[in-house]
Amino acid sequence: MNLLLEIGAEEIPDWMLAGALDYLATAVGNLLKAHRLGEASIRTDATPRRLVVRAEGLIAQQPDSEERIWGPGKSAPPAAVAGFAKKQGLEPDQLEILSDGKVEKYSCVRKIAGRSASVILADALPDLVLKSPFPKSMYWVASNAPGKSPVRFIRPIRRIVALLDDKVIPFEIAGVPSGNESSGHRKLGAARFPVTYENYEQKLRENFVILSAKEREARIRAVSTKYKCDNDLLRTLVNLTEWPTPITGTFDPEFLELPKEVLTMVMRHHQKYFSVETPDGNLAPKFVAVTNTDGDPDGLIRHGNERVLRARFNDARFFWEADQKKKLADRVQDLANVTFQAKLGSYLAKTERIEELVLNLMLYTANSGKPLTEVDIRNAKVRYTFGPDKPEFHVVRAARLLKADLTTELVKEFTDLQGVIGGLYARAQGEPEDVAVAIYDHYKPVSMEDSIPGTQAGQLLSIADRLDTLRGCFKVGLIPSGSKDPFALRRAAQGVVKILVEGKLRLPIQSLCEGSMQLEEFLAERIRHYFREIRGFKYDEVNAVLSSGWDDLLDLEERLEAVRDVRPTEDFEPLAASFKRIRNILKQAQFEGLGDTLDESLLELGPETELYEKFTATRAACKMLSDYRAKLEQIAALRPHVDQFFDRIMVNAPNPAVRQNRLTLLHTMLAEFSTIADFSEIVTNSALHQEEMPKELIK
Amino acid sequence: MSETPTFQEIVFKLKQYWSDRGCIIQEPFDVEVGAGTSCPETFLRALGPMPYRTAYVQPSRRPADGRYGDNPNRLYKHMQLQVLLKPTPPDVIEQYMGSLEAIGIDLRKHDLKLEEDNWENPSLGAWGVGWQVMLDGLEITQFTYFQQCGGIDLELVPAEITYGLERLTAFLQGVDSVYDIEWTRGVKYRDVRHADELQYSVYNFELADVPTLWKLFEIHEAEARRLLDLYKDYTEKQRFPLLAAYDHVLKCSNLFNTLDARGAISVTERVGVIGRIRKQAVGVAESWVDQAGTLGLSRVLPEEQPA
Repeated sequence: MNLLLEIGAEEIPDWMLAGALDYLATAVGNLLKAHRLGEASIRTDATPRRLVVRAEGLIAQQPDSEERIWGPGKSAPPAAVAGFAKKQGLEPDQLEILSDGKVEKYSCVRKIAGRSASVILADALPDLVLKSPFPKSMYWVASNAPGKSPVRFIRPIRRIVALLDDKVIPFEIAGVPSGNESSGHRKLGAARFPVTYENYEQKLRENFVILSAKEREARIRAVSTKYKCDNDLLRTLVNLTEWPTPITGTFDPEFLELPKEVLTMVMRHHQKYFSVETPDGNLAPKFVAVTNTDGDPDGLIRHGNERVLRARFNDARFFWEADQKKKLADRVQDLANVTFQAKLGSYLAKTERIEELVLNLMLYTANSGKPLTEVDIRNAKVRYTFGPDKPEFHVVRAARLLKADLTTELVKEFTDLQGVIGGLYARAQGEPEDVAVAIYDHYKPVSMEDSIPGTQAGQLLSIADRLDTLRGCFKVGLIPSGSKDPFALRRAAQGVVKILVEGKLRLPIQSLCEGSMQLEEFLAERIRHYFREIRGFKYDEVNAVLSSGWDDLLDLEERLEAVRDVRPTEDFEPLAASFKRIRNILKQAQFEGLGDTLDESLLELGPETELYEKFTATRAACKMLSDYRAKLEQIAALRPHVDQFFDRIMVNAPNPAVRQNRLTLLHTMLAEFSTIADFSEIVTNSALHQEEMPKELIK
Repeated sequence: MSETPTFQEIVFKLKQYWSDRGCIIQEPFDVEVGAGTSCPETFLRALGPMPYRTAYVQPSRRPADGRYGDNPNRLYKHMQLQVLLKPTPPDVIEQYMGSLEAIGIDLRKHDLKLEEDNWENPSLGAWGVGWQVMLDGLEITQFTYFQQCGGIDLELVPAEITYGLERLTAFLQGVDSVYDIEWTRGVKYRDVRHADELQYSVYNFELADVPTLWKLFEIHEAEARRLLDLYKDYTEKQRFPLLAAYDHVLKCSNLFNTLDARGAISVTERVGVIGRIRKQAVGVAESWVDQAGTLGLSRVLPEEQPA
């Protein structure tokens, strides 16, 4: 048999359809499985006004089943046994005595007649439907029973089709009885018409409802105007329409004087139109709107949409022109009235912090990330004071103007364009081009897929802005926990990491955490995430290099690439295993090693001196090399000597001085090579053996 | 349609349409409000178990939206046609669509979409879920299923339908500026309303005296509070002037909006002031439900009106 369930609701928000269908497919599947109603194949569909589940191949009647019922123990008094038998509708002599695995008991088998699929579904579907997990739901009818809370759904349920083949599965949700009547497009179709499983999709089509989202998408794509396809918008429009028909409209080319970003934002986000580009990539004075109709023969809909867009563009132009009356530079002081965060002060205070921070970042970059002295900073401030307009200080100028667009009408209207509008205004008001570009870009990257700002000034600003937010929030205890991250600090931190690495900036990021251990850990986690999830490095390699420090992410990246490249060579993993062994030995011996110097005279001839000589040679060779890959190859070549040492030499020598000397040798080696990576973090096949190693100290 | 309806004809037709569907046609509320929702006819009637249906035009003041009469689409004061249907009839959307056809919109030839838009008024402790109704890309109506008013869960969920009359008329008359709307034959919207748009913009943005507004705010707040305190021990509950207390809450709300437009409320203060208004609004709502209880009102469903 085949099941058709259509929940006819008032217009469901477009972005909630996918989640509702996922739930329904799983829930109906589980229901059929739990009630042994056969291996049905399930498909789901939705339009704004219906959620539809179809399942093919149900069995009409659940198979009969048996259940074993356990009664009193074997030695129970006859009255108890008789009572049990009576309850089961049997005579006592019809009972069996069986072991339930522990003790012997009276027992019988009860046959359970399978119920019909229709009865089971009628029972279960109302609850199943009402349990749909919508991010927000509502109630619309008072509860029938006093004290019982009313049913909730995303929007009111107005019709229910529930059919097994062509028979109605009878039930009711919020006073709406199930039936066989569906409903068509609000204006083009019939309000009510009967359907069967077989003709359902066809009947909908006759009533101007296309059930398949794929087919609706194809209708939207089939427009001759080449529009810029925005997949999010496309999905929204597919879910907002039952019979989509795209139309092309135009607007007065004189609006093209307004920035493309503003025009596109109005079209996409306010009007849900696709924008159209000319072959050379400029904006064309056209748009594509998707209507929920079968056409626009008189051009009425096009005309209406064009008029709305004209009004919207006029608004934007009004704001643009009004905003020009006060320059960004003159707006900075107004930021004193715009709160950034209650405990962190106004945007003016934030602006001043960013100015200071970006000046430091600029000096760090010029200094390849090396520590700055008080003198460096003071000199820079003096140079800045006497020549704030010099190109080298454009980044500070940009920082000054960075947030001023928050006071403009256009940003109040189009908040998502913050930064972009600041950049456009800066350019229009004659600020240097690099200042304008840096402001324009400073919200980038908005996601992990987005590119970083295109100029170094933009990158430094973006980092300074995010770092200021991170430091401030951590300082006042606004630290993300679990899924709660109202200030989007994870995204801010992730952006910092991405810009540093992909912008090839040498900034001492760990030092810039101002000693906040929590912020350091938070950033370290984002670094791990970036290299693992975005760059695809193995987690143990990332952990290994991170343990050796992450103040300079470019250096970290080089080390990581070297570890990845050298790892497949035959000596590397065994050597890593040996390092883990060394670490364990030192730990077991509680060896600090500070200040100890190696006494060469105590080295035993043979593997120990060989290792020592090889180690000093390797260390010297590494000093000459700048490439981490070559260094690692050198280090890996130590492996046979390390193996020899462990095979032949007992670290835990009876003579305490010798023992101390051996530990010092191991410690020196470990410390020397751990500046690249903590090799003991590498997960090796031979790792299993390592746990036993420290025992040799106890020998 | 034979002739494009004027602004006032649209109002007449919509009132007639909803009158035919059992609504009490009210006249505008006489205290300044930011939206028809704030009127007692909606805010207080939505509460409690009594069914109610009403429709009225409400001039709605939004001081920050004033543009000196320069902007073709933004107004300090615009006209809403507010419809409250409590409880919600199951065919409410069909009824609403019928009202558009009644003013001459052939929906078979136009594109109508209901796009999610939830509504919230934090200073009244009220919220609901619903849609903005888009007609050929123009938002013409807010449609809301109220869930809470004054922080109280509603017993009978009402549907609130709010038409933006200027936009709707501009659409029907095919004009780009609200000032070009024909109010009645030979009279433009500009002729009727431009002066108050200009004058109130000047007042709200330039001349309103901030200390005076704050003083007024505090006076009205204190009076609302005083009344609400009195209600607790007042013996003849039915006589108690909760409606007067609510007037003072609405005064606070409009003063707050004016202060806001004047740039006198910092972002940090905002939340606190909204909280002060909400406290009084919630107080009125709770007392109102209590007072209705003392009147022994019970849930009586209205007879269905023939359409």
